Amino acid sequence: MSKTAIELRGITKRFGSVVANHNVNLKVYKGEILSLLGENGSGKTTLMNMISGIYHPDEGEIFIDGKLAHIHSPHDAFNYKIGMIHQHFKLVDLFSAAENIVLGLEEKGKFNVRHVSERVAEISAKYGFDIDPNKKIYEMSVSEKQTVEIIKVLYRGADILILDEPTAVLTPQETKKLFDVLRRMRDDGKAIIIITHKLHEVLELSDKVVVLRHGEYVGTVNTAEANEHILTEMMVGKKVELNITRKAPVNPQDRLVVEHINCRNREGIKVLDDVSFVARSGEILGIAGIAGSGQRELLEAIAGLQKLEEGSILYYNPKTGEEENLRNKTPLQIRELGVRLSFVPEDRLGMGLVGNMGMVDNMMLRSYRKGNSIFLERSEPEKLAKQIIEELEVVTPDAETPVRRLSGGNVQKVLLGREIASSPTLLMAAYPVRGLDINSSYLIYDLLNEQKEKGVAVIFVGEDLDVLLDLCDRILVIGNGRITGVVDARTATKNEIGYLMTKTVYKEDANDAT
Amino acid sequence: MALHTILAFISAAIVQGTPLLFGATGEILTEKSGNLNLGIPGIMYIGGISGIVGGYLYEHFAETPIPILCVLISLLASLLGSTLMALIYSFLTVTLRSNQNVVGLALTTFGVGLGNFYGGSLLKFFGESGSISLLTTGNAYKTKIPFLSDHLGIFGETFLSFGFLVYVAIILALLAQWFLKHTRIGLNLRAVGENPATADAAGINVSLYKYLSTCIGGAIAGLGGLYFVMDYTTGAWTNNGFGDRGWLAIAIVIFALWRPRLAIFSSYVFGGLYIASVYIPGLSGSDKELIKMLPYLVTIAVLVFTSSRKKREHQPPQSLGLPYFREER
Amino acid sequence: MQRDHTQKKRREPLVYITKRSELSLKQSLTIRACVILAGILLCALVTILLTGVNPLRVFASMIEGSFGTPRKIWNLLQSTAILLGISLAVTPAFKMRFWNTGAEGQVLVGMLASVACMFYIGDALPSWLLIIVMLFASILASAVWAGIPGIFKAMWNTNETLFTLMMNYVAMQLVSFFIMLWVPSGSMVLGIVNPQSKNGWFPSLFGQQYLLNILIVAVMTILVYVYLKKSKQGYEISVVGESENTARYIGINVKQVIIRTVLISGALCGVMGWILVAGADHSITSNSVGGNGFTAIMISWMSKFNPIVMIFSSILVCFLQKGAGQIASDLRLNSSVGEVLTGIMILIIISSEFFVNYRIHLRKKQKGGQEA
Repeated sequence: MSKTAIELRGITKRFGSVVANHNVNLKVYKGEILSLLGENGSGKTTLMNMISGIYHPDEGEIFIDGKLAHIHSPHDAFNYKIGMIHQHFKLVDLFSAAENIVLGLEEKGKFNVRHVSERVAEISAKYGFDIDPNKKIYEMSVSEKQTVEIIKVLYRGADILILDEPTAVLTPQETKKLFDVLRRMRDDGKAIIIITHKLHEVLELSDKVVVLRHGEYVGTVNTAEANEHILTEMMVGKKVELNITRKAPVNPQDRLVVEHINCRNREGIKVLDDVSFVARSGEILGIAGIAGSGQRELLEAIAGLQKLEEGSILYYNPKTGEEENLRNKTPLQIRELGVRLSFVPEDRLGMGLVGNMGMVDNMMLRSYRKGNSIFLERSEPEKLAKQIIEELEVVTPDAETPVRRLSGGNVQKVLLGREIASSPTLLMAAYPVRGLDINSSYLIYDLLNEQKEKGVAVIFVGEDLDVLLDLCDRILVIGNGRITGVVDARTATKNEIGYLMTKTVYKEDANDAT
Repeated sequence: MALHTILAFISAAIVQGTPLLFGATGEILTEKSGNLNLGIPGIMYIGGISGIVGGYLYEHFAETPIPILCVLISLLASLLGSTLMALIYSFLTVTLRSNQNVVGLALTTFGVGLGNFYGGSLLKFFGESGSISLLTTGNAYKTKIPFLSDHLGIFGETFLSFGFLVYVAIILALLAQWFLKHTRIGLNLRAVGENPATADAAGINVSLYKYLSTCIGGAIAGLGGLYFVMDYTTGAWTNNGFGDRGWLAIAIVIFALWRPRLAIFSSYVFGGLYIASVYIPGLSGSDKELIKMLPYLVTIAVLVFTSSRKKREHQPPQSLGLPYFREER
Repeated sequence: MQRDHTQKKRREPLVYITKRSELSLKQSLTIRACVILAGILLCALVTILLTGVNPLRVFASMIEGSFGTPRKIWNLLQSTAILLGISLAVTPAFKMRFWNTGAEGQVLVGMLASVACMFYIGDALPSWLLIIVMLFASILASAVWAGIPGIFKAMWNTNETLFTLMMNYVAMQLVSFFIMLWVPSGSMVLGIVNPQSKNGWFPSLFGQQYLLNILIVAVMTILVYVYLKKSKQGYEISVVGESENTARYIGINVKQVIIRTVLISGALCGVMGWILVAGADHSITSNSVGGNGFTAIMISWMSKFNPIVMIFSSILVCFLQKGAGQIASDLRLNSSVGEVLTGIMILIIISSEFFVNYRIHLRKKQKGGQEA
């Protein structure tokens, strides 16, 4: 019988009034892989951050090897042989791999990067990593960086490994390699926790699954007794009939025609690869895909925030009947063309709104340029703020309270309310219900449907397949920057979409860095 | 130009460069932790005046001041004074999370003011008049290396005839270089300045590193002020005599691309430029002023050049000037 | 074993810190008033320690130094106006998170431009026209001085703190250069320009030399307030300062706003340089701005970029400086005590912000957390 490596009892963590984790229990044995499953925003990462000493739980206890542990800093976590591989890599760009690996270590003896490199080579050989210890991080690809993170943890002789969404940035081949490594480490007697929201990975890799939902501990199941159905139900709760009324599109017309667009990110990696699709009026076009597959870049390209290499983005103006190419235009130029484009970005407080400003000032973001006066006109935005507070039932002390103080749902209402207020002809919303409670989510769905009925072309980027299937008319599936399929939401199945999401079409140059 | 003049110029450049080198080394250590300490000019004033006060008290109360004690007491007083200043900076910016620029500037105002206040009023407190002049202490600081300075001909005269602080400055810079490049703690410190969140996650006590590097850096910078008042002016204080050397030290940090080894060379170049006008014959008064402008212009050029080239190794520490707190959400 | 080692030294942190949700206006005003009071008391304490005089006399001297005679009051108002004006000038750029530490140099080149006008064309133009020419010359010079780092910041993200800091000393040397050029004796002292004709001097209003300066700064205060709070450009500054991402998202040209705002800040510094020359000094030295450029940065910051608050902050700092100057001259001590007190006061006010923004909690003892 294997021994407990780590056990959590009744862990609760709050950030202000937000409860990120409530009464979570979890137990991992040595030589076991545990999956921590939950939707985005269910509190998985917060929980793991408490084990690795980034945060401190408000209530509850952590036991390691059966003894009460006190983890107040990452340093304490190291001493308990806990190693975490964060989703956002914690590496110093300017340092070499070897320097990053020994960072913060208190080893005996003279400090010598060459010795470190030798040990790194040893570990690499043992697990089959391919890494140059002297290469600087800023010259590395994403998967190389992840390799450095994993070696860093192994170098420290961690017995408990936590990986936060490790496959989000990997190709299937790299994922397979990673899983092989993890299995080898499990056979070594290490306890491994992997945070994920991908069911097939859970089933393929882990021995045991712990499910979180909205920060609450739902339960633990052995993978052997689990299947996708059970896990999904635990993850999303009792099968809720979504009951989103979906009307048939009325007289759909091509509103936006995207043809063959390509886009590279700052590192020179192709993030959009030959993307073409059509968005029609009176229709909700869903975009499904694993996080980071190019959804953000796609919407930003349409909104004039991304430079494109090739292709065209044609907008058909319903008023004038004219056709405009939006490619490489600035947001201001797009507006001046008379394109009524509204965009609810993924990063609500960092992009869509200014967190430190009140609702009125945030309303002005879209409208402040109106008129020839050099002064701001505040009465219109004040009216709009009041209207949104009333109609969307925004909970706020007043219209001047900085919006960052509002809850996630209310922030989204403010943002979506403002975007809809400019009576768009094309509305793009990226993950508009992420982190929202059920009621707020439904309100958002209703708002989107309302827009659709008004004849707006709606583009909805979502992560919950049930919602996508129930809300949208057509669903575009994107994988690794390429369109892998377009399905009719009324007839498609979850499996079909899930397959398209993971079916990555690799061209020879899909990932070439220049 | 005669060899003699050139050597005299080099020697004078080293003398001028030494306070700058202390300041630059101290500021590099500080900035490597991500703290942009604009209080360095004030700290250097405090380093000078603390040494003066310490030395004065000893010379005033001792029957016959012993030179070695003069040096020790004033040195300790100087280190104490500048460390205290740096401690205030650390407390405000690290613990109380205040804006680094504003705290630094306030500290400079405070330090320069306090330096000039004591410099101008110290004697009055003891019922004396005139201006401060600590000859015993000053001359003790100026003691040359015995034998080497006068037995190696012109080389000894030019390079081995300085007071000991000149060599301390070089040694400290080299030590700092070695420390940053080749020690574990140095690596950790650089990580704190580059990416404190990563350093924190790696188990490094970010606040402790910031405190220590700022305080040690402050103490080293203060020695620049001490050198100036003790060696350069032989134990005399003139108000605002130290001038803008503190800012020049900050310029050198940029010019030397945050490398202490390069700071040695840069300090002497800047020191040379500071006095070049005296050694170049036939300059008009206005031309002399233009030459004094050169160090700053060159620094700006370096700053512009490195930022436009975007070579990662030549950039300021990435978190420079930014506060760091962990549980921010 | 390592693990046992950790268990031995485990400890709950005694305090932890969280961000305050919000203080009511009354609460925050009370805290700030207490802080200023504490600051003044501390300043008095330091003065007593430095000089050994009794506290009542210290306060009497301070009040005497600031308000003792009508002339002293005018001097206080004049100093306040200058400090306030420069604080206003740095604020637009600051609000945009452009850390301009170069106000000292920007004001100085503004002064230089004005003096140059007086020097070269002082006799060719009627005084009123000369004053206007001086104004434009100053604005142009200061805007250029600020604009250069601004353009590099916008284009290559060159560190503006260090760049503007260096520009200060280039400006000072430039002034020294021109003084050497203008004063053939090499005495480094320019002296009053146009002492007889008073060409390029502000007229005295109602017999008060400084009244015009004060009025101009008063108008400037209102203008800057309105610009920042009510104008579209002021709004853009706030958005860029808060989040460049949001600014791009709504189509603000961030580079253009940065350059435009920095030019405005520079131009306002130019106006202050012009006032200093035409309304006060009628001359220039490399130290004419006297550290006001740096103090202004602190004033702007501790007033949270609010022009109305800046009025009071400037008065407070000038009161301290004048008061300290009086103490120093009464006791024949060095006048630098003013800087010492200013430094202390600003440090105290800045550090007090922490207690306004954060709440410190004492960690309660955990139940059952003390197993052996």
